Amino acid sequence: MELSRRDAIAALGAVGAGAGAAYAVRELNDSPPGESSPDVETLIAAAEVVYPDEVTGLEGFVEAYARRRAAGGDDHARGVRAAIETMDDRAEAWYDAAFADLATEDRDSLLREMGVDTAAEAPDGSTAEQVRYYVVNDLLMALYASPTGGELVGIGNPRGHPGGTDSYRRGPRS
Amino acid sequence: MSGTASGADGRDRTPVPDADVCVVGAGPAGALVADRLAADHEVVVLDAGPRFNPGDRLDRQERAVRPAYDRPDVWEMGGPRDAHSASGERFYPLNHARVKGVGGSTLHWQGMVMRLHEADFSSGTKRGVGPNWPLDYADLRPYYAEAERAFGVSGADDNPFGPPREEPFPNPAFPPSHSDSLFAEACEELGIATHSVPNARNSEPYDGRGECVGYGTCQPVCPSGAKYDATVHVEDTERKGATVIDRARVTELAHGPDRIEAAVYVAPDGTEHRQRADAFVLAAGGVEIPRLLLLSASDHYPDGLANSSDAVGRYFTDHLFAGVGGVLEEPTRQNHVGFVTTESHQFYDEADETVAPFKLEFLNYAGPSPVELAMTGDDWGDELLGRLRESYGGHVAVGALVEQLPREDSYVGLDDGRTDDLGNPVPDVHWTVGDRALRTIERANEIQRDILAELGAEVNWTAGPGSTGPAYHHMGTTRMGEDPTESVVDPTLCTHDLENCWIASSSVFPTGGAVNPTLTIAALALLAADAVDEALVRSL
Repeated sequence: MELSRRDAIAALGAVGAGAGAAYAVRELNDSPPGESSPDVETLIAAAEVVYPDEVTGLEGFVEAYARRRAAGGDDHARGVRAAIETMDDRAEAWYDAAFADLATEDRDSLLREMGVDTAAEAPDGSTAEQVRYYVVNDLLMALYASPTGGELVGIGNPRGHPGGTDSYRRGPRS
Repeated sequence: MSGTASGADGRDRTPVPDADVCVVGAGPAGALVADRLAADHEVVVLDAGPRFNPGDRLDRQERAVRPAYDRPDVWEMGGPRDAHSASGERFYPLNHARVKGVGGSTLHWQGMVMRLHEADFSSGTKRGVGPNWPLDYADLRPYYAEAERAFGVSGADDNPFGPPREEPFPNPAFPPSHSDSLFAEACEELGIATHSVPNARNSEPYDGRGECVGYGTCQPVCPSGAKYDATVHVEDTERKGATVIDRARVTELAHGPDRIEAAVYVAPDGTEHRQRADAFVLAAGGVEIPRLLLLSASDHYPDGLANSSDAVGRYFTDHLFAGVGGVLEEPTRQNHVGFVTTESHQFYDEADETVAPFKLEFLNYAGPSPVELAMTGDDWGDELLGRLRESYGGHVAVGALVEQLPREDSYVGLDDGRTDDLGNPVPDVHWTVGDRALRTIERANEIQRDILAELGAEVNWTAGPGSTGPAYHHMGTTRMGEDPTESVVDPTLCTHDLENCWIASSSVFPTGGAVNPTLTIAALALLAADAVDEALVRSL
């Protein structure tokens, strides 16, 4: 199932997105996909670990999402960048390469060795809790609050997505 | 408004000179009272909490969805300002149950808005328990209609058990959900009639606000503004010339023997001000109103202001939740929206001395929300998707609201051993539930189990007498009545003791019925506003 920029816009509509979703949507529509910044590459690399295999098109989705979610001057974006830096530091120390340059299974291992899989998200918590909050759960929320992420699970209008008031009335086969 | 700023944000929080009316609390009751009076009188509204930025609602929605945040975090409740005690037999999670700020608890409410049934106004006579209201349904009927217009209620006149209506709802009802249609078939087999739900959210654009777009996070936050909240009427009343002062914490009502003279409030910079007015309307909810009256004790009123009856704070009631949930082997399409579209009031008026009124609610949000579930657990990738698919799908649930009778041993008092950051004793919600309510929860559970059995669902949870909780409806603590020795306010909602103090709140309900209280709060607020207007005109 392919993620689209529309999914990213929808995902941004579900969160504060710094300056606000309307601004984010305008900016996304005005900005064609371009070179990924290192931060975005790391987020895409993390998404390849935490997203299911049947999701495709995650590069454009994560890039569009991250442009507002990780690039701004707000506290959340700073938290995302700090968490990414921590992941890269650990990757360099334990695997001798930046996180995005590791094989997918090594990225998965690194996150688990950091304790991110068992950590509860906490924006002011331990390293693992912050990575869980700012990277893993941010990416999971973006996916599963989007229309395509909802469809993966079987929900046409996931919580947080303003998908209208038709889908709740429809039966499973309509 | 003149004077100096009294807050780091530069806002002027000094008193309004020559105010006719001072309203304490900018929730739905306070907003409607102020809105009704502002065109003809100088009105000032004081609220303890902030004026929230409407642009922050998506941030609040994120807090509602993410596991890092608890419910009070969404609207910044908690901390020393909101400290409280709960000395009753059941813990009362007060800061989950309210929002302080402009808009009040309508900022986080569900938005279900039914009229009380006719028998609710005469429980003592018709059911043999509890007091009668000094008003009946006919007295409130025009105010109910006006409250429905104010909220833009979406509803249909299809409830065969509801009280008579005189005009259509302002907006059409939200149609039933897919799961409603499954429940309707099962209920038909069992002889249970189902019907639509009046919702204070726009099914069509209304009053300058758009229609619901299905964010699904109604409780605790509607990012689109389609759900009514009291900021609508706060803004209206400001356009009419009223002054709304946020972060103005009223700590005392200065008074003589017969009148309130001033509301004493503390601004964010610690400065104490006195807002004088000819009339005062207390609209700060069923916990803070009795607390303020008790904090305002004096030589003349040693047990608390307006408390000659000794009823201030007593008879605290809430609605109790009863529920049964389970799983079907077919998709039920839950969690697409955050509101309820089908109910049954069939058993409501079977109430008597032993069984309380209750209504059934067929939930559209049974089971976990996938996006929230995705952020918990120690899995990701394909394993997580598998878990989400397994856990989302066939959930169903039937809830119920159950009336609790007023009791002297269920009350809001002051905890003299604990103070807030201003040094005032915190409210102690001493919540006690009687046997009639617990028996009724069992009765509701029986019906709920029958419905789920007829559906073919496997039951996997029950909220019964041992695990019930409050619906966050604070009622009864300044009860209304004709007799000044047994009640705090009269049928015009003016206190028996003080000639210029009215109370607009569910705190005046003598009994609670079993419907969500806010429409009745609004109707009473409009009634109180008329009484205040009449008194002001009379004194001119």
